[in-house]
Amino acid sequence: MASRAHVIVRALVFAAAVSVSTAPAWADQRSASKAQVEFGIKVAQNGLWKEATYRWEKAVEMDPTYAAAWNNLAIGYEHEGKFDEARQAYDKAVTLDPKNLLIRQNYDLFKEINDRQKRRNDR
Amino acid sequence: MTGRSVATIVSAVLLASVSACTNFFEVPIETPISAKMDVSAFRRVLVAGFISGGTDDVDANLETVRLLRSQLRSKSGLRVIEAEVLPLAELAADKVKASNTSGPAVPQGAADAQPVAPVPQLPGAAPGVSTDGKIRTQKDLDKYQSIFADVAFWKKIGEEYENPLIVTGTVLFTPQQTSGFVTRNVEQYDQLGRRTVVPMRAYMERKGFAITPKFIFIDGRTGATLHSETITEQVLYNAQQNTPALSSYFELMDKILPTFLGTLSTQKIRGTRVLLR
Repeated sequence: MASRAHVIVRALVFAAAVSVSTAPAWADQRSASKAQVEFGIKVAQNGLWKEATYRWEKAVEMDPTYAAAWNNLAIGYEHEGKFDEARQAYDKAVTLDPKNLLIRQNYDLFKEINDRQKRRNDR
Repeated sequence: MTGRSVATIVSAVLLASVSACTNFFEVPIETPISAKMDVSAFRRVLVAGFISGGTDDVDANLETVRLLRSQLRSKSGLRVIEAEVLPLAELAADKVKASNTSGPAVPQGAADAQPVAPVPQLPGAAPGVSTDGKIRTQKDLDKYQSIFADVAFWKKIGEEYENPLIVTGTVLFTPQQTSGFVTRNVEQYDQLGRRTVVPMRAYMERKGFAITPKFIFIDGRTGATLHSETITEQVLYNAQQNTPALSSYFELMDKILPTFLGTLSTQKIRGTRVLLR
């Protein structure tokens, strides 16, 4: 009985240790990624889309679970006419945050243009 | 501190806190749609002329050449060659005539071209083919299509203008008349003067025009066709409305121009997207 309690305590201690050691790392990744995203937004608002796209590429590299970064990256690719990359980035953003209506709206607008381009090429 | 200044400070603080909390930013974007054709090998473009037909009210050859040249001047990177508009229908008629009388057609350059009489009707002309010698229908136009496949003819024109990209084709601009049920929104006012808009179906006589341009892009270096595209647009008005043919022509060409320009140059579609934080 005592040994069983001992095992449980050890497991709890181990879990706590893991969460303590990984939480700051995760938080660091997200905050570093967020800094890139915010800088990207600033430069995009000033029309520097190449730089913005570069920043968002960095952001998703740092934190591949950051849906907003994927959304912004998709917009950056769209602006550069890289439709395949944009579609992949939007897919990722929607998968990570399926309930986000703003991401869905962006994706729908993109699809409309992408479909038009495809129709033109097929003609 | 007055009440007004307190209100100003409070609203400024509120605005600052709201903007600090904003997690999205709407931005305008321009999405580039790439050109259908790679025209990087050409620096100059010659809108040579079109075989046109349909109504006599508009010289569709001349108007189309003028319109395309002005659009290409302002919306493409190619230098537009200013040259006499080719009387393509006459040249093609010559070719048809030559092939009817002496077997295979002989390619003819623009410089050799002489205005000729309207094309004689072939015996037993198909239904839908005009009998006055003018181009009225698509079938009339089809008789002249062979000129676009005449590689030697286009190569010669290309040499004359230092190997540009040549734009040519056919334009059929025809009057239309139709009748049928049309759904229109009609304003209605109830006893209290409240306005409502109700869709109503009504039988209407309508008239207007249809345009079918076929744009053919030819390599001036080889005379070969690089790309061709046919588009059809139609506009119909109330039968009582008197719209000049030239106005309808420009109304219809306005719809067609983006497609034409999109073949040669990258087009940008303006829109907005939402960036997220």
